[in-house]
Amino acid sequence: MDGMRRYKSMFLLPGLLTLFIIIIFPLLFTIRVSFSGWNVSNPHMDFIGGANFVRMLADHRFWASILRLILLAGGTVLIEYVLGFALALMVWRNVRGQRVWRVLFLVPMMTTPVVMAAIWQTIFNESLGPVNDLLGRVGLPTVQWLTSTGPATVALMTVEIWQWTPFMFLLLLAGLLSLSKEPFMAAAIDGAGPVRTFFKVTFPLMAPVSVTALIIRLIEASKMSDSVYVLTSGGPGSSTETPGYYLYIRGLKEQQTGYAGSLSLTYLVLMIVTLTIVSRLLVRTLKTRTG
Amino acid sequence: MSRAYLTFKYAFIAVWASFVAGPFVWALTTSFKDANGVQGGATYLPWVDYKPTTRGWQDIFGGEGGVNVIQPFLNSLQITVLASAISLVLGSLAAYGLSRYTYRIGRMKNADIVFFFVSQRIMPPIVLVIPFFFLLQFAGLLDSIPGLVIVTVALLLPIAVWVMVDFFNNIPREIDEMAMLDGCHPFAAFVRTILPNSLPGITVAAMFCAVFGWNDFFFAFRLTFTEVQTLPQAVVALNSSIPPWWTLSAASLFGISPLVLLAVWVERYLSRGNLAGAVR
Repeated sequence: MDGMRRYKSMFLLPGLLTLFIIIIFPLLFTIRVSFSGWNVSNPHMDFIGGANFVRMLADHRFWASILRLILLAGGTVLIEYVLGFALALMVWRNVRGQRVWRVLFLVPMMTTPVVMAAIWQTIFNESLGPVNDLLGRVGLPTVQWLTSTGPATVALMTVEIWQWTPFMFLLLLAGLLSLSKEPFMAAAIDGAGPVRTFFKVTFPLMAPVSVTALIIRLIEASKMSDSVYVLTSGGPGSSTETPGYYLYIRGLKEQQTGYAGSLSLTYLVLMIVTLTIVSRLLVRTLKTRTG
Repeated sequence: MSRAYLTFKYAFIAVWASFVAGPFVWALTTSFKDANGVQGGATYLPWVDYKPTTRGWQDIFGGEGGVNVIQPFLNSLQITVLASAISLVLGSLAAYGLSRYTYRIGRMKNADIVFFFVSQRIMPPIVLVIPFFFLLQFAGLLDSIPGLVIVTVALLLPIAVWVMVDFFNNIPREIDEMAMLDGCHPFAAFVRTILPNSLPGITVAAMFCAVFGWNDFFFAFRLTFTEVQTLPQAVVALNSSIPPWWTLSAASLFGISPLVLLAVWVERYLSRGNLAGAVR
């Protein structure tokens, strides 16, 4: 029994300790530094109490970025889910060129987000890019894609949806492929049409996979900042700034390490709380109604 | 299936396929342009709209006024391979333990420990990067490959555990119990009987590690400077100056090509439902 115990911990501990050590220092450092006045002219771990947090309360740019992230992440993930589900259903079975579509639909997820954001920037370029060129050819007015707020948000969402719908597609397709055939046969015998079959059989059976896929994507989307950095640099003004990008400006560009620490901590806690509530709600609505 | 639905289905697939392929086609045509093909407005067809040159492609392999992407490519390759390998070894050991034994750490049980691993994905890179900067500076690992490998492991280990736990759960316990009854050491049982049976799961986990390792930009951006430049860094550096789009496009296509090839190869593993355990 003692021997078993030893082997048991030898499996888990190396991985657990590695992750714990890599994560715990940054976390403790961030907590400590958020109570200090550390900045570029005063790089010391002094103690200034909660001054950073008081300053944060009045920082409209930070709160605006948090609100924007919630809308942006929620919106794009929902669109990704609908599109990903539709695509997975379409190439699930009875489709010509099945393998080609499956590979092609996966590819964007494999590409480097910042690199593709750089390509997208040339695509959305207002005078030389193909989007405005094609709009002009069909007689529509051109759009200031990267220098006005609304279009810049649309451009950012387009890039995110292009990049990450494949991930939804992948998880949902894997879920569809693992479903057993019996419920579908039963539905066919009952004479249910495709729409009815979807709402009564496919969608309920896919509820657990849907919850997992939505939660994973929400977690990843809550960190959105690389594409913002390359595509719009948070602009015009600060109208497409996410907390990740705003923190980059305060913490790394301006080197306000202490203040950025308190923002980081707040951002992290807010995201954990929000995501926990959202996951609970998702699990409850999707699983209980269908379970 | 009605005719209208079929028409809709193939139309939808065609529209999405064009949307997916669009940026690649654009980057490919742009990579063969020069200033004449770019500055007059958008052009599409080589030989018709613009005169193709290989200037962009020469520039990224050390041509005059360009950058050399070979060294960043090798750096990215080393970091991705090392970090993925460490994460897969540590991750599959931990995942195997979690699928076979019962653990209690304080009030945490197995499910909570799995959740601890996976929950680390929630950490925004920006929150980690400032402390990591000081940590690596202290250890003398700033701007070095080992430094970046350590940091990347924190990104990849949760993914490896997430994919592997469910995969091991679906392998019957009888297989390793038989091996241990035959006198196999638990580690030997794991290596000889479980690993060969989990190749599809390991492939999926390795793919995710490769994707997130190769595509990381932010850590490399803030933790390495002159000595170690990764491929995404090299490409973004091209974007920040006045962009010679042909060089940028050629470098981008070069940078994403390894993983696009990987996508073609791993699709068969993914679509066979090998990920099914992880999504349920």
